[in-house]
Amino acid sequence: MSSSMIIGQYIPADSVIHRLDPRSKIAIIFFYVVIVFFANSVMSYGVLTLFAIGSALLSKVPFRYIMKGLKPVWFLILFTFLLHLFVTREGDVAFSLFGWDVYREGLIQGGAISLRFFLLILVTSLLTLTTTPIEITDAIEELLGPLKKLRFPVHELALMMSISLRFIPTLMQETEKISKAQASRGVDFRTGSFKDRVRAVVPLLVPLFVSAFKRAEELAMAMEARGYQGGEGRTKLRELQLTKIDVLVYGVFVLLVIALFMTRS
Amino acid sequence: MDISFEHVSYIYQPNSPFEHRALNDITFSIKSGSYVAVIGHTGSGKSTLIQQLNGLLQPTEGSIQIGKYKLQAGEKTKNLRGLREQVGVVFQYPEHQLFEETVAKDIAFGPHNFGVEKMEIDRRIKEAVQATKLPDELLERSPFDLSGGQMRRVAISGVLAMNPEVLVLDEPTAGLDPRGQKDIMDMFKDLHKEKGLTTILVTHSMEDALAYADHIIILNQGEIYREGTPLEIFKQHDALEKVQLDVPEVMDFLRRAKKEYGVEIEYRGQDIAELAKELTLKVRGDSDHE
Repeated sequence: MSSSMIIGQYIPADSVIHRLDPRSKIAIIFFYVVIVFFANSVMSYGVLTLFAIGSALLSKVPFRYIMKGLKPVWFLILFTFLLHLFVTREGDVAFSLFGWDVYREGLIQGGAISLRFFLLILVTSLLTLTTTPIEITDAIEELLGPLKKLRFPVHELALMMSISLRFIPTLMQETEKISKAQASRGVDFRTGSFKDRVRAVVPLLVPLFVSAFKRAEELAMAMEARGYQGGEGRTKLRELQLTKIDVLVYGVFVLLVIALFMTRS
Repeated sequence: MDISFEHVSYIYQPNSPFEHRALNDITFSIKSGSYVAVIGHTGSGKSTLIQQLNGLLQPTEGSIQIGKYKLQAGEKTKNLRGLREQVGVVFQYPEHQLFEETVAKDIAFGPHNFGVEKMEIDRRIKEAVQATKLPDELLERSPFDLSGGQMRRVAISGVLAMNPEVLVLDEPTAGLDPRGQKDIMDMFKDLHKEKGLTTILVTHSMEDALAYADHIIILNQGEIYREGTPLEIFKQHDALEKVQLDVPEVMDFLRRAKKEYGVEIEYRGQDIAELAKELTLKVRGDSDHE
């Protein structure tokens, strides 16, 4: 189970991308996601792809590993491509496949949409691959900071996020442990009819919920025992700090935007 | 059932940055009906080892023979169900696996999955709670209302009700009070004798290994470090110390009796007080002669 679940699992390394301030990473990815939709020529797509692949290479995360992480979404990308290929009926007929006409426009549309899809997923998974969950929640808390003025519970939200992120691996481990224990008692999670398999989940879910509630209670108690209280006046061990790298990366990103708009048709 | 491991290795998440070799070229065999203790530190590969005993994990290299079942690296194992019925595993903190509405239903869960008949299941429930000394009136209660020790017994009963021939115990007494620990360990010893089980006990407790097992396997960093009878193993004080394992108190007593008084005492399962008496007698006896 754990071996296939590697989408966006943090990989420690010492790279420019790792050292980038998480706020910068989130901001840049946000704007990148926006500008991907402005591309409309081969060149502009080229520029965007160059940026994405370049960042991936700079991150020092093994490329094969990133690709493996993208495995679950390959199907979606392929599906989008085929959908466009067969549904779009504009332009000239490019070729016929088993008596079904494939149009040039469909080929282009399908290719472009799939590429967009791929770029979006690549860049966003780079965020989680190179940033620890703690950094991400810290960054989100900072970025949402202005909302505090509107009495929006930013700190509580960030805390909730970091707690749930923190307990994902724990829950996964627990799931694995309990499913093994039940498999030893003859539960078969893999074969059998759909109904059987749904029923096989009950002996897994009940113990999971029981222990999750118990753990939540213990955590709350431990936090109270150590005098935890909300965001007001709370200091941080590691303050986020913008560095020269961030400035440099902003510069590169501005260049990217300029290049994109120059190559648009 | 006879169990044998032939050059077994197990690698977690191969070909990824998290690749980890948990077991490395392990070969050993266990005779049917023996009581084997597997000792090792956290991360020595104990858990990986026992998970291969009922096919939860398939060896990455090598092969395992358990009775008539064979787990071969790179091959799909046939009849895993049969294997799991024969090899009962009591995991660490087994009470975490309870989920049914009543104790009786939870105990029946295993045998029910393996297609045992209703009448036979009822008989086995009775037998299992008798073995684990659970009062009958608990059978219709919810397992979540019980005390920790009782929950542990219910979970163990659930494994016993499968009527396994091999019983694998992964630190079955962790988190229990000393009295409960002894009760549970004695219960397993009785079951082992009565039913002629093959028992494999994973433990941190050298005392338990000495008191209950007739064969000990010490794992260190995924490899077999030492193997032999408890007496053979615990004589090797220095070798054990090298991998930060303690020698049971009684064995240490024997060693020091020999070193400091030159007295050799034969170990026949005495406890510390009895050994002390024996030592005094011998030392006095010696001085009487002078």
